[in-house]
Amino acid sequence: MRKIRTYHEVESQTGDLLVDQIRDQRRRLDGRLAGIRNVVAVGSGKGGVGKSLVAANLAAALAAEGRTVGALDADLNGPSLARMLGAAGQRLVDGAEGVVPAPAACGVRVMSMELLQNDADAPLRWRAPSGDGFLWQSSIETGAVREFLSDVAWGGLDFLLMDLPPGTDKMERVFQLLPGLETLLLVTTPSEMSRRVVARAARLAREQGIPTVGLVANMTEYVCPCCGHSDPLFPGDGVARLAAATGLEIWGRIPFDPRLGEASDRGAPAVVASEDSPSARAFRALARRIAEPREVGEEPAR
Amino acid sequence: MKFLCIQCDHIMAFAERQLPGDGTLAAVFECSACGREIAMLTNPMETQLVSSMGIEIGGRTVPEQPMELVRSNLDGGRDDAFVEEEPPAPARPVRVEWTPAAVDRLGRVPSFVRGMVKRIYTDYARERGIGRMTPEVMDTARTDLGLEGM
Repeated sequence: MRKIRTYHEVESQTGDLLVDQIRDQRRRLDGRLAGIRNVVAVGSGKGGVGKSLVAANLAAALAAEGRTVGALDADLNGPSLARMLGAAGQRLVDGAEGVVPAPAACGVRVMSMELLQNDADAPLRWRAPSGDGFLWQSSIETGAVREFLSDVAWGGLDFLLMDLPPGTDKMERVFQLLPGLETLLLVTTPSEMSRRVVARAARLAREQGIPTVGLVANMTEYVCPCCGHSDPLFPGDGVARLAAATGLEIWGRIPFDPRLGEASDRGAPAVVASEDSPSARAFRALARRIAEPREVGEEPAR
Repeated sequence: MKFLCIQCDHIMAFAERQLPGDGTLAAVFECSACGREIAMLTNPMETQLVSSMGIEIGGRTVPEQPMELVRSNLDGGRDDAFVEEEPPAPARPVRVEWTPAAVDRLGRVPSFVRGMVKRIYTDYARERGIGRMTPEVMDTARTDLGLEGM
């Protein structure tokens, strides 16, 4: 049999034209991330626990305290951050430094698939010459999140909040784009089902070596808006069990508040729209928890 | 990915890429030692597989545009999602005037990617000192840059 030199034995002065393009993408991403002081990913592993609500309100709370904040909606198939932050329908400026994120009224810079789709109620679809989407769909969606990170002119940010998609597989792909990710918030509810799914996400975070992971307990209780009396929404406390099992600390407990959803629907985060509500207070406390250890001696980004 | 001319034991260099518009792709590689050429032909699924990574076989003829992958592949993109930023006049070394016929041709490009395509053509003209964008210049640019899909 004749001997054909292997890939590694063949040297090319022009390099590998495919690998080099991947490296260029990585360089662009790293360059953009260099202007962002803190990336905080908000995930769960499970859908419907209020990740986006937490991400939106946390972004608004940080912005309200004078930080420069971006919000990236990595949930391409169920985007909601633009609507929640009041940036839906805005146009994106094709700027010299990249695509300028949409400015929300609360001061947060937003990028979301919502801003790009013609029909907000249509499922996300990619142009394809054939029906073999399962072969390339995850690749293109990871690429889209990469472009949201690297091709958006975020400018200098104190915080970039990333709303992660549900599913630990998709979370892992985002983590691979962000090898230096330092902070992950895992949103859960006190339900047993949520506890089990979020435990998987917690294990994934540990395997990925993310140094700071906190739990955010959403919908922990219902607070009567008239008398202030509160009752738990779920029997037992799955969040405390989750914390004990994973060794993670509970960073915040967000009470259920119908006004949260109503405010989000009209694009006004509760921390702005009903700032004295128990949930708004809980979000502000969570924002302080995230911000305070990082800001000693730092001037806000511009 | 590398192509080796077995006869010469010499690496082949990328020479040309063609996108006939049916989802397939032809990439030509040439051996600089013996001149032999080969064409790599990919079917639509293979072309899409590579495209979904945001890379081009043979390398890029123009730098990757901001959000090119999303703009080129999203189905149902919002027509008015992007608005062009007008750079200040002094920043333009050569002003490129778009003739009505060129504007008409550009108007046939889906609006979701129109801004990106316009910038590619304008940059092409500016780099070559071309002050008027005409359909003929667009045709030349398409061939030179391997933009058959645009």
